Amino acid sequence: MATDFSFPDSAAKVADAQAHARAVAQAGVPAATEFETEKMSLSMGPSHPSTHGVLRVQMELDGDTVTKAEPVVGYLHRGDEKIAENMTYNQFVPYTDRLDYLAPLANNVAYAIAVERLAKLELPPRGQAIRVIVCETARLSAHLMGLGAYGIDVGAWSVFLYTFTEREKLYKLFEELTGARFTTSYTRIGGVARDVPEGWIGRVDAFCDQFLPILEEILKLLTRNKIFLDRTEGIGVISKEDAIAYGLTGPNLRGSGVPLDLRKDKPYSGYEQYEFDVPVGSRGDCYDRYLVRGEEMRQSVRILKQAVAKFPGGEWYAKEARKIFAPPKDKILTSMEELIQNFMLVTEGPLMPAGEVYFEAENPKGALGFYVVSKGGGVPWRLKIRAPSFCNLSILPKVCVGAMISDVVSILGSLDFVMGECDR
Amino acid sequence: MTAADVTTALKEKFPQAAVRASLDWPAFNVPAAEALAVLKYLRDEFAFDLLTDVTAIDWSQGKSPRFTVVWHVFSTTQHTYVRLAADCPDDAAPAMPSATGLWPAANWHERETYDMFGIIFEGHPDLRRILMWEGYPYFPLRKEFPLAGIETDLPDVEVAAETKAGPIPAPMMGGPFVASSGQMGLAEAEPRAKDESWTESREKP
Repeated sequence: MATDFSFPDSAAKVADAQAHARAVAQAGVPAATEFETEKMSLSMGPSHPSTHGVLRVQMELDGDTVTKAEPVVGYLHRGDEKIAENMTYNQFVPYTDRLDYLAPLANNVAYAIAVERLAKLELPPRGQAIRVIVCETARLSAHLMGLGAYGIDVGAWSVFLYTFTEREKLYKLFEELTGARFTTSYTRIGGVARDVPEGWIGRVDAFCDQFLPILEEILKLLTRNKIFLDRTEGIGVISKEDAIAYGLTGPNLRGSGVPLDLRKDKPYSGYEQYEFDVPVGSRGDCYDRYLVRGEEMRQSVRILKQAVAKFPGGEWYAKEARKIFAPPKDKILTSMEELIQNFMLVTEGPLMPAGEVYFEAENPKGALGFYVVSKGGGVPWRLKIRAPSFCNLSILPKVCVGAMISDVVSILGSLDFVMGECDR
Repeated sequence: MTAADVTTALKEKFPQAAVRASLDWPAFNVPAAEALAVLKYLRDEFAFDLLTDVTAIDWSQGKSPRFTVVWHVFSTTQHTYVRLAADCPDDAAPAMPSATGLWPAANWHERETYDMFGIIFEGHPDLRRILMWEGYPYFPLRKEFPLAGIETDLPDVEVAAETKAGPIPAPMMGGPFVASSGQMGLAEAEPRAKDESWTESREKP
């Protein structure tokens, strides 16, 4: 016997539905006004995992599409430029650590060279080679951090574990060289704080050798990863013209196809002696910026290997630098001349000539510039820090428009900024 | 193209442009009204296509001209810099034409310069504070602004009413002791306390 499982009034319901369908077919689809969307405003940050610090992005959304994005910066503003006007040139070195705190060694070097240009100091080859080595190791550590964080941003967790292991090895080297892991303050105006420890150069070499295969492994996790490609390819495209017009520098500019690298084009600290290539992107999307950073790490290792191979002997500070940074401690304690000199350096600061200099160094995030206006004496009259992260972020309102909300995370990660530097 | 080429061409085109003392790159002083034309000329004729920096110098209260705006432009093909400086004509209400029409990069740099020095960039599409909050009453990089800061209200009225707190000056305790900028005799160059408004023994004003 067949059982009727339908509800008692199902026949009536079916008839109703059929009538409704007929009515709809006659009248057409309901007017679009019924489904019209409202623009929504969304504030992302200042405490958000993908804004890498304290950036806030005020967005206007149409569904999932961004129609307006306005970065709000300044949450980490500490007034570094004001502070610089109120202390001697030497005292400001530790403050430069706190700009791009992922590459403090490179910041120290950029600041030191700017002031050296003012004081007309030239470092001997050994001092320059030490600086090249610390700059390139800092670049490696900054890019490793950037890459790992970018992986997390777009859903590839494992990359972070690999890059952090390598970064830790670099930090061990930094600790041995400078006594600090994070805020190193290693460079002095006219030299470096101390010579490299015995055997350290060999350990840098050993790091490079073991790092190269691991780097390939790390990049393999992302380069042909379908999910990563979907999240980055064709996303956040910055044209060559836009990149220049917005003052982008560093990997973000090169990702858009402009082969500008200050290490190559405006060499400082003896970079002209090393052979390396400047990678550029072809489309200027997030994927290209990732590829450029990956290749830059290979090139950094290449520079490091050369620097280590022909590491010169001699002094590690400029001869005339003795008027700028403190004499050796044992001399201060035993010799009148050095004691007086140390006293003058601590109280007055190093005596600089009057004048203006502007120096930009190719840092991991882009061109970090220092504009020093001196009226003479030991304190700068004005010190302007041209922060690459600040300039790189200024293109955000343009890049984000039309992107999906999840793409914004991908774009932010690919621009690889540091708020400590952006806000100063 | 050499630095000398730029210098001769600029002097020919803009007779009012004067060479500015500089320790590194070619530098020029131009009148504020001509600044934009010179920047445009540098960009279009000499391919200085990258505006790397815009900033200002405060020569301190009472000096005239008090504010100087400084631009640094870079050429991505020739790989050289040029520095351009223009004094703001009015010391009390400093103003300068905005370069946002030439480079979008000028947008944030000019906002920052306005934020820190109070220089109005005429023609800027969106001249708001950028590092300090909207409604902040001072311009911190002016020389008369104390290093310790000045007590102000919190930007959010509701939060301020609830917490009854606001930004206060840093506890300097009479310090820090710093030498002054400039070449001077030993007596003047001796480090002085920059902020003596209050100490441990003296109450906060």
